[in-house]
Amino acid sequence: MLLPGNFELDESRLRWQCRRGMLELDLMLESFVEKRYSELPLKTKKAFHQLLNCQDQILLDYLMGQDVPTDKDVADVAKQVRAAAGPGS
Amino acid sequence: MSIEKLERRRFDTLVIGAGGGGLRSALQLAEADAHVAVVSKVFPTRSHTVAAQGGMNAALANVLPDNWHWHMYDTVKGSDYLGDQDAIEYMCRAASHLVYELEHQGVPFSRMDSGKIYQRPFGGQSQNFGGEQAARTCAAADRTGHAILHTLYQQNIRAKTHFFDEYFAVDLIKDKDGFILGALVLEIETGEPLLIEAKTTLLATGGAGQLFRTNTNAHINTGDGLAMALRAGLPLQDMEFFQFHPTGIAGKGMLITEGARGEGGYLVNKDGERFMERYAPHAKDLASRDVVSRAIATEVREGRGCGKNADHVMLKLDHLGRDVLYKRLPGICDMANTFMHIDPAEEAIPVFPTAHYTMGGIPTNRFGQVVVPVDQGEESIPGLYAVGECACVSVHGANRLGGNSLLDIVVFGRAAGNDIKKYLETNRHHRQVDEESVKQALAHLQRWDEGNDGGDGSESVSGLRAELQKTMENYCSVFRTEEVLQEGLDKVLQLEKRMKNVRITDYSKVFNTARIEAMELENLIDLAVATVKSALERKESRGAHSRIDYPERDDVSWLKHSLYFKEGYRMDYKPVTLKPVTVDSFPPKPRVY
Repeated sequence: MLLPGNFELDESRLRWQCRRGMLELDLMLESFVEKRYSELPLKTKKAFHQLLNCQDQILLDYLMGQDVPTDKDVADVAKQVRAAAGPGS
Repeated sequence: MSIEKLERRRFDTLVIGAGGGGLRSALQLAEADAHVAVVSKVFPTRSHTVAAQGGMNAALANVLPDNWHWHMYDTVKGSDYLGDQDAIEYMCRAASHLVYELEHQGVPFSRMDSGKIYQRPFGGQSQNFGGEQAARTCAAADRTGHAILHTLYQQNIRAKTHFFDEYFAVDLIKDKDGFILGALVLEIETGEPLLIEAKTTLLATGGAGQLFRTNTNAHINTGDGLAMALRAGLPLQDMEFFQFHPTGIAGKGMLITEGARGEGGYLVNKDGERFMERYAPHAKDLASRDVVSRAIATEVREGRGCGKNADHVMLKLDHLGRDVLYKRLPGICDMANTFMHIDPAEEAIPVFPTAHYTMGGIPTNRFGQVVVPVDQGEESIPGLYAVGECACVSVHGANRLGGNSLLDIVVFGRAAGNDIKKYLETNRHHRQVDEESVKQALAHLQRWDEGNDGGDGSESVSGLRAELQKTMENYCSVFRTEEVLQEGLDKVLQLEKRMKNVRITDYSKVFNTARIEAMELENLIDLAVATVKSALERKESRGAHSRIDYPERDDVSWLKHSLYFKEGYRMDYKPVTLKPVTVDSFPPKPRVY
């Protein structure tokens, strides 16, 4: 699990947090970290970490757009993760 | 790391894997005051059990009449008579009790207005031994696996199970008398090895869907426990039986439910031909899963695949109209939108058969004990247990029924826990650890240290893994003949040799996932050889193993379990247990639905 406040994790540690119990989550999260994470502002990185700490099934609901996180920043980064998924990911 | 500096911990039981099977066993033991360690390579509630949506079968008879004996009949028939009937009877009898137990532990099963647990009908379920459809599957909405996993995790926290989160299991520790005495594990965060000495060890590491390029499994499903068993000299049973679903999103793997074809969707090849009309003139796109899977694979093999690599076919849904599509199949529309950027109301979805469930695994009896053949019978490996998808007990035989996998993990997780309790009563002390076995496990780990790895370094982990998955898909998925499988075996043996040339580029200690991925690849390669070799040798078609050159089931020659040994790529066989515990046997009959 990620500890609160520990935002500047090295990439491999972060990648391991993207290893989940569902293929859909693996594909979306791993692709997002690979393509987008490094360019994100600190505030968005923080929100992404909050997102990663969600339970898998809840995370899936957020990323598939079936539910919206109450925190606006987390909701925003969930949208970005979904948008980054696609045929090339 | 020298053996003298190796950190050591001692527990009564080491559970490797924190899915439903491992956690159910751990709970049984922790509640009996055993000192239990659970090792999991990811945070426990991120185990693949979380993805099981369907539900758990039990003959509660809440919606329609039902009976555990009917459930047993359906499971034996579904297994194409390769399932062991003693284990199947045990599982079906225990099912109702286990559902109520989970309910009391906190699983929020969906209910009817009467307050009773709701049960939905699933494929392969019948009343009265093959009669009308039964309704046997208990579900917590569409997130049953999630609910069970989280409940069992919380219960384990309450019972004070000790969790080693984000530790990777390297190898079992075995002594000269054949006792399993724990395992060498690696703390992913620090890169430090840890020896966990245990009087009993339970493997519950899940399946190996990552063997195939297109699969429905989470990336963690690399069959680690199965490969550990092979390296410890133990056989794997019935590895040729891998359940495929005909329509996974090509190149991604996620399932597109049969409901899409049920609503009127159909498959086309690159010429736009509705090819299922040739393979199944009556049922067409609604033919059984294996027929549709093989038809898709044949179209691709014969050059009629779509896309720039001609490696998939298309599922057309656009003719159903946007309103119908988004109303009746919203999940599929969502998935196609998100992962393929396709609107199914306008474009067809690329699909290919997707690997779903490993029926084979570590041979066990119904007490969860790992067993090996000895003379005319078999005996258990002292101190070693296995449950769930990594085990082959065998309740699924040649084909698993929907709703039976969550049942399998809780029933046999509990059974193994009970048997371990008895074992611990008569084996009260830790045996002396065999240091030679520890040295071997450390050497395996140190293969990936700087300077020790990689021959000429001409191969990469990701490159070899991609080639392995493609090879398995091309040579050992749903299109199987002697020629294809022989070529597949030659290819995976070549990959096994090339593994020696793999070098990793990151030698750091902290969160070195490159090293973990290299060890996962080693595991997958061993399992690929086991799978192809077992499939090549079984010259019949049964359940999920479908041979084009041997299209019939052959009970005279092949009503037996395969056993594959890593040493010498050797095969052996053992009889199927046709005798249940208390009831009459269900003799093999043609499997017609």
